[in-house]
Amino acid sequence: MNGAHDLGGMHGFGPVEIERDEPVFHHEWERRTFAITLATGFLGKWNIDQGRFAREQMPPAEYLATTYYEHWLFGLEKLLHDLKMVDRAETAAREKNAASPAAPVTGLRALSARDVETALRTSRTSKADEDVAPRYKVGDRVVTKNIHPLGHTRLPRYARGKRGVVALDHGVWVFPDTAGNGLGRKPQHCYAVRFEAPELWGEAATSRDAVYVDLWDDHLEPA
Amino acid sequence: MSHEHEHEHHHHHHDDDDDVQEHREHGAPLSAIELRVRALESLLVDKGLVDPAALDRLIDTYETKVGPRNGARIVARAWVDAAFKRRLLEDGTTAVAEHGFVGRQSEKLVVVENTPAVHNMVVCTLCSCYPWAVLGLPPVWYKSAPYRSRAVIDPRGVLSELGVSVPSQREVRVWDSTAEIRYMVLPERPAGTEGMSEEQLAELVTRDAMIGVATVRA
Repeated sequence: MNGAHDLGGMHGFGPVEIERDEPVFHHEWERRTFAITLATGFLGKWNIDQGRFAREQMPPAEYLATTYYEHWLFGLEKLLHDLKMVDRAETAAREKNAASPAAPVTGLRALSARDVETALRTSRTSKADEDVAPRYKVGDRVVTKNIHPLGHTRLPRYARGKRGVVALDHGVWVFPDTAGNGLGRKPQHCYAVRFEAPELWGEAATSRDAVYVDLWDDHLEPA
Repeated sequence: MSHEHEHEHHHHHHDDDDDVQEHREHGAPLSAIELRVRALESLLVDKGLVDPAALDRLIDTYETKVGPRNGARIVARAWVDAAFKRRLLEDGTTAVAEHGFVGRQSEKLVVVENTPAVHNMVVCTLCSCYPWAVLGLPPVWYKSAPYRSRAVIDPRGVLSELGVSVPSQREVRVWDSTAEIRYMVLPERPAGTEGMSEEQLAELVTRDAMIGVATVRA
């Protein structure tokens, strides 16, 4: 979707400000949001691409006015509500009363503390084992599709309809543009595609510079 | 909690930590977002969907165990061990796994080398993908709109503001992490470090140099 998350090439956000000696988390609620998002992810009710798509659906004005973990919280709440694992009314009641009722959710096992290390170590969300032939090889000239799907896509707006060259073949991966929309894994090759800066940004761009974008077979056509 | 209600709290950024702390000490009520997160967490616990001990373990892992020191050790090793460096650049995932650095947000790691001819920098314009296993969780600036919007269209401007001057004859390569492949920059080893041990070299390597928005100084 052409949402506010697709920031590449936008103007007006001001300078990049690096905080000295930045802590990992700035608030306790960020710690908790991080942890409940990771832990519930291991329930297996949604994939990483659906997790990203949920955050992308935050209304654009709200997305730009909020911080990273607020995006995470919005996305997690959306998934839990959509999957009927948590009800909005339940959360509202719980905010007022710590003993408010919690409707049971059956058939799921929470990630336990002793499984955390193994879960993190063996977590493979997107690499596919299928033997799928690549449609392109390193050095091939390609052009990206000019697509504007309403659903999730990993082809950023600034790189649509642009000519590039396949620089690296990363092997076979789950295709987020289907997996993120609940339409299956559709495993296929993913490549780092090199775009010369003037192809993306016009003649004013420094001609020797380039942007590499990781894209899948279905994003590309021969050029 | 309605979404309308939350809008007045959206401008609570990270610099209000002291305020929150102060309110807490004076027994002031929790902010809207604190209430919202606490309610959600307690519901998830009651429903058996999360285990509080697992939450603490997850937080501890990324707050105290995994961080940019992992990446710094990799960089220092590559600077002193040419065979390791070759393996790292050919197959970063396997070379880094030799050090035990694996895990979430690092299914495949590609290490790109800064040289006198090429300067690499890493961004994720669509969200905030970042090589957690070697650098820990990303800093706020990496996740912010200014960096995500500008890194691809004006990398030299961003670098210049951050004090990195890239000569015009040096190529700038920006890696936009749009897949599950994660990128880390192998910075140039600074002059004057010839006599240093691997441990001393690792001390010099900063997080920002491994993202490609800083150089390593002796």
